[in-house]
Amino acid sequence: MTGSFTRRNALKNLAGFLGGILALPAGRACKAAVKNAFVISPAPAGYDPSKHKWLMALDVDRCIGCGLCVEACKAENSVPDNNFRTWIERYVITRPKAGSGESRGDTFVDSPNGGMGGFKPSLIPRDDILKSFFVPKLCNQCENSPCSQVCPVGATFESPDGVVLVDKNYCIGCGFCIQACPYGCRFLNPASHTADKCTLCYHRVTRGLRPACVEICPSQARIFGDLNHPVQDDPLQRFIENNKTQGLKAHLGTKPRVRYAGLDEEVR
Amino acid sequence: MNTGILTNAVEMLPQLQGYAYPNERTLQPLWSVLIVVYPYITGLVAGAFIMASLVRVLNVKALEPIYRLALLTALAFMLCATLPLLFHLGHPERCYEILLTPHFTSPMAMFGFVYAWYLMAVLLLELWFDYRRDFVEWSRTQSGFRGILYRAFTLGVTDLSEPALRLDARLGRIISIVGIPSAFLLHGYVGFIFGSIKANPWWGNVLMPIIFILSAVASGMALCVFAYLFLCWARRVTADMRCLDLMASFLFYAVLLDASIEGLDWLHRLYSAEEGIDVLRSLAASKLFYTLLIGQALMGTLVPLLMLGSLQLVRKWVSDLNRRRLYFSSSTLILLGVLAMRWNVVIGGQLFSKSLRGFMSYKMEFAGHEGWWLSLALLALPFFILTVLIKYFLALDLPTIENVVPGASPHPDPREAPH
Repeated sequence: MTGSFTRRNALKNLAGFLGGILALPAGRACKAAVKNAFVISPAPAGYDPSKHKWLMALDVDRCIGCGLCVEACKAENSVPDNNFRTWIERYVITRPKAGSGESRGDTFVDSPNGGMGGFKPSLIPRDDILKSFFVPKLCNQCENSPCSQVCPVGATFESPDGVVLVDKNYCIGCGFCIQACPYGCRFLNPASHTADKCTLCYHRVTRGLRPACVEICPSQARIFGDLNHPVQDDPLQRFIENNKTQGLKAHLGTKPRVRYAGLDEEVR
Repeated sequence: MNTGILTNAVEMLPQLQGYAYPNERTLQPLWSVLIVVYPYITGLVAGAFIMASLVRVLNVKALEPIYRLALLTALAFMLCATLPLLFHLGHPERCYEILLTPHFTSPMAMFGFVYAWYLMAVLLLELWFDYRRDFVEWSRTQSGFRGILYRAFTLGVTDLSEPALRLDARLGRIISIVGIPSAFLLHGYVGFIFGSIKANPWWGNVLMPIIFILSAVASGMALCVFAYLFLCWARRVTADMRCLDLMASFLFYAVLLDASIEGLDWLHRLYSAEEGIDVLRSLAASKLFYTLLIGQALMGTLVPLLMLGSLQLVRKWVSDLNRRRLYFSSSTLILLGVLAMRWNVVIGGQLFSKSLRGFMSYKMEFAGHEGWWLSLALLALPFFILTVLIKYFLALDLPTIENVVPGASPHPDPREAPH
C-alpha cells in the first residue's frame, strides 16, 4: 500500500465527502417527486386547500353531554377503543364552604369513556353543586401547532385550509408530537403504530359535507364552516358575531384555531 | 377556588388519580424506560469525551493513563446510543426518513446529523489519529486476525515519518478542540428535546439543556473513574493514584456544578410558582419521592459530594486503598444518581396529566419490548463492546508507544521524541 498521508490526499477525500452530502438534496427531490405521483389523499381530486379555511366553534352552554358526537366520530373514523379524536368533559364546581371567603368550592372533572354514551348523574349531592357544564374537546388545529413543529420527518403538517393533518404512511411513530400537544388530543394508533388525531373529518369536509360530530350534534353546540366561503346566514359567522370567543391554553402561544364560547376559567 | 389536584370521586381507575385527558389514560407512558436509557447513554458518551479532552486540549498530563480508555468508553457507548430510540419507534423501518427528509424545526430531526457528526467527524477521527502509529506498528508485529485488523485500520496510511506523526498529533488536537463543543451539542440537544416541550411544565424549561449537559459531564467522568478502577482490578495492577486523585477532583467539581444548577432550577420553579407548580410539588413528594429525593438528590448527589469533597481536604491522611474504595463507591453512586435523574425527567414528566388535574402510574413491563430486560441488555451492551475494544486496543501484550494502558510500563511520548 502506498499510504502517503498528504494534504492533497486529505483535501481530495474531504471534497468527496462534501460532494456526497451536496448530492443528498437532489436525491430527496427525486424521492419527493416519486412520492407525489403515488400520494393517497383523503381529499378528492381537484380539491384546492388554498381556497378554503375550515373552522370549528363550540358553544359550551349548548352542550348537553349526550356523547353522540364521540360515538359518531368513532364510527366515522374507526377510532380504536380507549382512544379519542373528540371527547366530552364534565365539570362540576361545588359551592364554597360557608364562611370560607371563597367564591367557589372544588372542581371535579370527569370524562368516562370520553363521554360516549352520556354521563351518569354526579355522585356529588345536588345541593352542594354550584354549577356544572360540559365541554366538548377536539384537536384545536393550532396555527403555531407544536405537534407539527416537533415532528422529525414532517409527517404532521398544517394544511393551508386550516387543518393539521398526519400522513400515516410517513409517520415513524416516535410520539414526539403526542408529547408536544398540550391538549391531549393525539394518540398513538395501536393498529397503525402512527400518530392519530382529529382531522375535522377531512374526507368529508373536502367533499362539501360537515364533520360527523357536527352533523349529529342535537343541540348545535358544534358549529362548523368555511371562513373563505360563508353561506347565506352562515352559522359560523353568526356565532362569532354574537359571542365572545376564546381558544384553550392561549398562554402557550399555540394560537388554537378552534373557538369556544362560554368557557369557565377551570377549563384547561 | 381550589386549583390544586383533586381526587375525583366520580372516576377512579386503578392507574389514575384525579382527572387525565382520555388519551392519556394508558397503562404505559408513551415514552418508556427505553427513553430513559437513551439520554443516559448519550450523556455518558459526552462526559467520557470531555474527560479525554482534558488531556489533549488542556494538556493535563496526569490524566494521560485514562486518555485512551476514556475515548474507547465514549466510542462503546456511542455505538449503542441510537438503539433504544430504534427499539422504541412505532416504525423503526422508516427511521432513515429522519436523515433523508429531516424537518428542520424538530429537535429530534437534528439528532441524526449531530450523531453522525460526533461519531464520524469527532470520535472516530480522533481515535484514528491517536492510534494510527500504533496500528502501523502492531500490523507489523501481530499476525493472524489481529494483524489483518490492525492493517485494515491503518487505512493504508503507513507513513511514520516525523512530519506525518506531527501532523497526526496536531490534527488530533484540533479535532479534540472541535469535539468539546460537539459533545456539548450532542447532549445539549438531548436536553432540548425535553426542554422544548412547552406543553409539559416539568420539561419545558430553558435550563433543561444545561442540566443535561452538566449531568452528562458528571456521569461520563464517573464512568471513567469506574472503568479505570475496574480495569486495574481486573488486571491486578495498581491504579495511578495521581491520575485517580485528579479525576476525582474534576468529578467533584462537575457534580458540584451540576447540583448547583439543578438546585437553581428547583429554586426558580418554586419561587416563580407558575401554573404547574402544585403538580410538580406533589410529584416530588409522592410518585418521585424515592427516585428524586432519595435516589438522585441524596444518594446520587449529596453523599458522593460529601465523600469526594472531604477527600479534597484530607486526601493525604487517607490511604491509597481507602481512597480507591471511596472513589469507586462515589463514582458508582453518581452513575446511579444520573440514571435516576434521567428517570425522573423522562418518566416523571409523564406521570401527571397535561390537564394538571391528575396523576398516572407506571408499572414497568418485565419482558416486553419496552421492559426491564431490554433496557438492562441495552445498558449492558456498551460494557460488552468496551470489553472487546479494550481487548483489541488496550491489550497489555501489545507493544504500546504511549503510557496509556493501566499496568504497562511507561514509554517516551512519540510526539516529542522522533521515532
